[in-house]
Amino acid sequence: MSVTLQGFRRTGRRPEESRRTAIEETRTDKIFLVGVKIMLWLALIVVAVPLIYIVANSFSSASAVSAGRVLLWPIEPSIKAYQEAFGDPLIMKGYLNSFIYAIGGTLISVTLTIAIAYPLSRKTLFGRNVVMSALIFTMLFSGGLIPTYLVVQDLGMLNTRWAMVIPSAIGVWQVIIARTFFRSTIPDELYEAATIDGASDLRFLWSIVLPLSKPVIAVIALMYAIFQWNSYFDALIYLKDPGLYPLQIVLRNVLILNTLSGSTTTTNLAQQLEQQQLANVLKYALIVISSLPVLVIYPFVARHFTKGVMVGAVKG
Amino acid sequence: MSGTIEVKPAPPAPVVKQAVAGVRRRPTRRAAAGRSFGRHWQLYLLMVLPIAYFVIFKYVPISNAVIAFKDYSPIKGPWGSEWVGFRNFELFFQNPVFWTLVKNTFYLAAYTVLASFPIPIILAVALNEIRVGVFKKTVQLVTYAPYFISTVVVVSMTILVLSPQLGFVNDAIGLFGIPKVDFLGNPDYFRHIYVWSDVWQTTGYSAVIYLAALAGIDPALHESARIDGASRVQRIWNVDLPGIMPTAVIILILGVGNIMSIGFEKAFLLQNPLNQSNAEIIATYVYKTGLLNADFSMATAIGLFNSVVNLVLLVVVNFVAKRITGNGLWS
Repeated sequence: MSVTLQGFRRTGRRPEESRRTAIEETRTDKIFLVGVKIMLWLALIVVAVPLIYIVANSFSSASAVSAGRVLLWPIEPSIKAYQEAFGDPLIMKGYLNSFIYAIGGTLISVTLTIAIAYPLSRKTLFGRNVVMSALIFTMLFSGGLIPTYLVVQDLGMLNTRWAMVIPSAIGVWQVIIARTFFRSTIPDELYEAATIDGASDLRFLWSIVLPLSKPVIAVIALMYAIFQWNSYFDALIYLKDPGLYPLQIVLRNVLILNTLSGSTTTTNLAQQLEQQQLANVLKYALIVISSLPVLVIYPFVARHFTKGVMVGAVKG
Repeated sequence: MSGTIEVKPAPPAPVVKQAVAGVRRRPTRRAAAGRSFGRHWQLYLLMVLPIAYFVIFKYVPISNAVIAFKDYSPIKGPWGSEWVGFRNFELFFQNPVFWTLVKNTFYLAAYTVLASFPIPIILAVALNEIRVGVFKKTVQLVTYAPYFISTVVVVSMTILVLSPQLGFVNDAIGLFGIPKVDFLGNPDYFRHIYVWSDVWQTTGYSAVIYLAALAGIDPALHESARIDGASRVQRIWNVDLPGIMPTAVIILILGVGNIMSIGFEKAFLLQNPLNQSNAEIIATYVYKTGLLNADFSMATAIGLFNSVVNLVLLVVVNFVAKRITGNGLWS
């Protein structure tokens, strides 16, 4: 599966387009194109509507949300839900924990990934194929949940922050992406020149390869950061102390298990109803809040991310 | 390896040496290994930690899987526990829940592969047909976005949108006079909800790979097809689709290979006591048996059964795909 990116890289558009005038579009082609556009509009709407719906609801008043009156635009705009969410210590703690895991985990992951991807990209390294095969094998076969859990337990990592960042530290996919990048962009001549000038392998990696590899480092860092931010399973199995919970676990408790931290056990019926209604909006607000960091950086990183996926698809 | 570090602090320049000596003899494997260690000891040192990671967190668990054949005792450890042969497997196969689990897992996975294989291809081909512009970029950016949302959030959104009290889906079908439906409370809807929310989340992301493949098709092919009077549809059918075939085959193989390891997270989050009969899959059952009921050996046996079926499927599908299309994951 060798995919060349030529043409696309150069201009970002299909070369035939510049010559569109050469052959006139036929009638059927034009109709077909309209059909294609309608389809893409549909895809756009199907993906966008639920997203807009959630945001619109999160900014609406509690009564409007509970009555189901909100569709794509906030009704009786209100930021009460957000105030409530940001005032909740459990949610804020989860937010903070998620940041710790995302930043710490990314640092560890990126360092380890480069440490193995770069040597594996060097053609003169004896044994690199064996190592690579051993890595890829782990993508195909694993011991399973419990055997992995036993290892984490034996290492004394259960219920510690380490359990969130170490057991999932290296992704084979990211290693492949980084290795492919190193192999295809760092010419051998550069290495030879550097060795003649007396640079060691580490020196070469540090002063030449890494500065030249900022794009791929950014891509894998973002991948790790986003996966870490969204990760939920590791926390579910390894953590027991609520003080260590990342945001996703807090979210699940509030959103899916409906265990709101609302400690106000009031007997007043009107107040109870209000509490219940607020709980509904809070769900929408929480979804927005938790996705915010990822979605804010998303438009800026999407382009690089796409490149990363493509490099991965080229396969090493 | 540490010995080598002491002996050879500076890497020699064998390229030059060889040229001067003019040695023609083929170096033996051992010599090649020795030279590589001497020359690249720093790189080997660099790999120590990552390799340790793979050994500890990937290969030790594989060896720990022996507890599937044992009566695991936490005190004696995985290797010290009593052997029980295939007892755990027999118990699992005889368990009435076995067929339900296998059936649920298989249906869910097969449905996912069937639905999420063609749709990204259609999206990519459609995007490829229109000129680069704001519209194309917008569609790409928006369809790509859900991939970055966490599973917890996607499941929460699904639940909220489908909710009989709050969700707009029930309002929408209400317009056609259909009474409110509790989608998540009915096992019949579980598979559709699971699969289509998955399609919603991943289509834009998967399309990127096909777009890359489409961009790699030699423009000359399109050009000559145009000159021969091929319509857009004909060019898609005869140029684009064959062009992305190798990529599609690989992705299909991977999809089928993962058929049994269907995502734990999502099924677990979408489950509730009402839809359990269709929603309980092997992965969620392993979690419940192992971590909630603390039956480590049984859970490992079930997990191992799953992994082995998975691997066998992958190997078989890869073999078949290679025979038919000439493309495979490995040669």
